[in-house]
Amino acid sequence: MSESIQESSRRSFLGRLWLVLGGVALAEAVWIVVAFFQPRRRSGARDAETIYVAGPVERFEPGTVTPFPDGRFYLTRLADGGFLALNRECTHLGCTVPWVAAEGRFVCPCHASSFDMRGEVLGPPAPRPLDHFPVRIENRIVKVVLGSPIRRRVVADSQVTRA
Amino acid sequence: MPQRGDHSPPLAPEGLVRRVWRSVFPHPVLPRSERERRRTILEFFVLHLRPVRVLRSTLRYTHTFGLGGSSLTLVALMVGTGALLMLAYEPTPDRAYLSVVALERDTLFGGLVRNIHHWCANILVVVVLAHLLRVLFTGGFHGPRQFNWVIGCGLLGLVLAANFTGYLLPWDQLAYWAVTICTGMLGYVPWIGGWLQAVARGGPEIGASTLVLFYAFHTTLLPVLLGLVMGLHFWRVRKAGGVVDPRPSGEPPESEPQHVSTLPELLLRELAAALALVAVVCVLAALVDAPLGAAANPGMSPNPSKAPWYFVGFQELQLHFHPLFAVVVIPVAAVLALLAVPYLRYEPEMSGPWFLSARGRRSAALAAAAGAAATAVLVVVDGLLLQSRAGTPGLIGRGLLPAAGFLVAVTGFRRLLAARLGAVKAEIVQATFVLCFAVWAMLTVVGVFFRGPGMALAWPWG
Repeated sequence: MSESIQESSRRSFLGRLWLVLGGVALAEAVWIVVAFFQPRRRSGARDAETIYVAGPVERFEPGTVTPFPDGRFYLTRLADGGFLALNRECTHLGCTVPWVAAEGRFVCPCHASSFDMRGEVLGPPAPRPLDHFPVRIENRIVKVVLGSPIRRRVVADSQVTRA
Repeated sequence: MPQRGDHSPPLAPEGLVRRVWRSVFPHPVLPRSERERRRTILEFFVLHLRPVRVLRSTLRYTHTFGLGGSSLTLVALMVGTGALLMLAYEPTPDRAYLSVVALERDTLFGGLVRNIHHWCANILVVVVLAHLLRVLFTGGFHGPRQFNWVIGCGLLGLVLAANFTGYLLPWDQLAYWAVTICTGMLGYVPWIGGWLQAVARGGPEIGASTLVLFYAFHTTLLPVLLGLVMGLHFWRVRKAGGVVDPRPSGEPPESEPQHVSTLPELLLRELAAALALVAVVCVLAALVDAPLGAAANPGMSPNPSKAPWYFVGFQELQLHFHPLFAVVVIPVAAVLALLAVPYLRYEPEMSGPWFLSARGRRSAALAAAAGAAATAVLVVVDGLLLQSRAGTPGLIGRGLLPAAGFLVAVTGFRRLLAARLGAVKAEIVQATFVLCFAVWAMLTVVGVFFRGPGMALAWPWG
């Protein structure tokens, strides 16, 4: 009697052990699959922060927007002389927003979101202002620190760099 | 009954060719008697997924319009043409577009093969949706077919996924921006949106890793999965005894159900329908080229940029609802409602004739008209209001309130059907489904044909 109880408890123990080990193996497999699905970092140059030299301060008239296609940003010089580097991706779904000089605003071709020259939302459906990059001015040369664009809820004067 | 004598070695020694032939085909390839035909169905791997005998009443073409078989035909065509395209295609951002251009220019029939693949893909979405509607309208989701409805919904998801991943591969402007917009929508999922979007793109933005990811899914993972789930789907149909009987379920049948052998009665009809479909696809592919825009340019979004047509309905939602509702709440609710259809309680369960009954037909027609008309009016009203409105959409004004309004309207509509037409549960569920489908279809039509530059409302003829 006691032998058969021992026998059955050993069996159920081994059975459970199989179940646990199988579970562990499954978890490992899932882990590996998930690891393969993790987004990879871009192998390009923008991985680390790169400094983009935009040019001397005098090149940019106050109240203008200059596109930098190779840097994928717009450099805005406000009427008061301050600089803002805006990411060109619409904050709605990521389309590239062109600067419409005639209307004085960015208009997204995909869903008609519009932004003023500081990146502030003028028309929906964009949920937040255009992302921006830090701007440095060294020896009267404008430099933009390209890396991950900075998200912002509101447009504030602290984001503007002045010479 | 099979007799033992069947397999006993013949008296005269067989030649090698004959022995090899018999090892591959132990049974007659062209069956002559009724018994041999049944054996053929059971013994051949592909055929054994089909029922051995089916109801004669289910054979009529207008009962199913052969939509399930048409889907299989299209998938088979796409596997064939897709394998050929893989030989020519190079999945890197630098080479993808050029390799497609070179295929169309230099390879004999390269353009035709690509056209067939393209048109099959688009027709497949239409056929699969029509198949879904057919099953709904004939009540083919009760009893043993309950879970097969869910499997069918999974197949719909796989077909859409396969279509969407293939959409990126030509790497032209159309593809690049459609995928940008669609993966951009994922960013609005609460908490995990950013991560989800990065996973779908294989990185922070659309580039080489996105292309590899989509290529792997499109050419390997999704087709394999699709094939396996399709096998399961067909096998479940067999287990349910073929497709649903077109005779009304409630009434006692006038005569005993009459069964016929699947081979040749059903298979020959299916073969004829499949050949007709192949002919249509080939003619279409010969006459109309698959679109290929300019090479992808990440610096310039075309105006307007639209999702593939089967996702344009969702894109249209974006213009009217808060992103949380347009991307998460409404699609999730729609999918859950779709999956719940076979598990609702029906008193009585109705199946058989199209639209279940004359009353069901009237309710469904009413629902389709109401859904399409109301959607068109609301889109225009909202579009005109939007012009004068500024500011970001609010969660209440652009989410909770319209959603609640929709639910109230649907509930009112259901009451109306019950009170005025005396519709029963099965007919009301059918009508509700048709209403939602009509809303989605109208959103798609508006998005595809009536959205011009800047996604403003416009006439399709300019």
